[in-house]
Amino acid sequence: MRTDDLVTLLATGAGAVQPHQVARRYAVAIGWGALGAALLMAALLGPRHDLAAAALLPTFWIKAAFVTSFAAASLLAALRLSRPGLSLAWLPGVLGAPVLGIWLLAAAILLRADEAQRKVLFFGDTWNSCPFLIALLSAPVFVAVVWAMRGLAPTRLRLAGAAAGLLSGAVGTMVYSVHCPELAAPFIGFWYLLGMLIPTAAGTLLGPRLLRW
Amino acid sequence: MQRMQETGRLNASEERLKNLLVLGLGGDELAYHAFLQELSAHLRAFLRKRLARLPDEVEDLVQESLLAIHNQRHTYDAGQPLTAWIHAIAKYKLIDLLRRRARRDLLTDPLDDELGLASAADTEAAEARRDLGKLLERLPERQRLPIVHMKLGGLSVAETARLTGMSESAVKVGVHRGLKALAAIIRGDDA
Repeated sequence: MRTDDLVTLLATGAGAVQPHQVARRYAVAIGWGALGAALLMAALLGPRHDLAAAALLPTFWIKAAFVTSFAAASLLAALRLSRPGLSLAWLPGVLGAPVLGIWLLAAAILLRADEAQRKVLFFGDTWNSCPFLIALLSAPVFVAVVWAMRGLAPTRLRLAGAAAGLLSGAVGTMVYSVHCPELAAPFIGFWYLLGMLIPTAAGTLLGPRLLRW
Repeated sequence: MQRMQETGRLNASEERLKNLLVLGLGGDELAYHAFLQELSAHLRAFLRKRLARLPDEVEDLVQESLLAIHNQRHTYDAGQPLTAWIHAIAKYKLIDLLRRRARRDLLTDPLDDELGLASAADTEAAEARRDLGKLLERLPERQRLPIVHMKLGGLSVAETARLTGMSESAVKVGVHRGLKALAAIIRGDDA
């Protein structure tokens, strides 16, 4: 095959390309993924029964702010890793900022608490199920985000897989936090993060196989 | 030094190439054709330097990169330097090729490559070893026919639809999926 012939073949009838396909794909993926996670949560766990009362507490909104800003940061990471040739230099900072914020808050809270309180603040009542439930709820989001990435062009497959895992973990966590009874920053800053890192590790391992094009 | 020259040359044509691509993405076929034409020369220079030991692979990889850039052209954002986007795709395809070869060399006699190296001519290789006709034969009809009539025959979507009895959207989908399938066949995913 001559390269000129291939060029002609590709250009003939190429037509216009729909703009904003990256954003649209991610909107679809996150919409369906979050819906899947919400259904899973509703079927298996249900929202916390004192949700209305909890929503009046500032700690509830601190938790929501952490989870939401981390989800936004991981969405940025996934978006940038879905397109070739974009700089990733500031991504660690964007991802690290919400984590640093919750860790500083957790440290301040733990420093002021006494020994017995510290244990309660860190372990809560649900430390042994929280990370696994987050990983479970992130599964439908992970499938959807990998679908979105497969229609785009990630060139660093391990990192892209990790970003897909992180994003699905963050969206799964947003859904999970509607159920979760825990509000203490030391709990959130460790067990939530651990839950999000499970799909991240899976994405890192599976990225090269799932995302190759 | 060589790399600086290369970068300079690309910077000089970056604007023009970018304009052509943006026009092409908007549906201007002539501009898109010119973009691909110029792009293939850039890719050839870029890859030849990086595949100095495998000159026989250069043109194959130019074509694979062209196909990849075409199939993934919706991931280009006009606010982004075009050269970085193109180079990232070409490098990705280059690394993919080297991995493929490494895996194959584990299974086959490496002498093949030594012979290939010796016989490689350093002339302008405008023809790859791949045969488009043979590749197309491996596609299912709903993808092959739209590509043959629209892309090779130059028919419109409506004409292709009438000729094949497919719907117009099926024709468009067939071309789109067929070109992606071609890329998959080339990288050996179909087996």
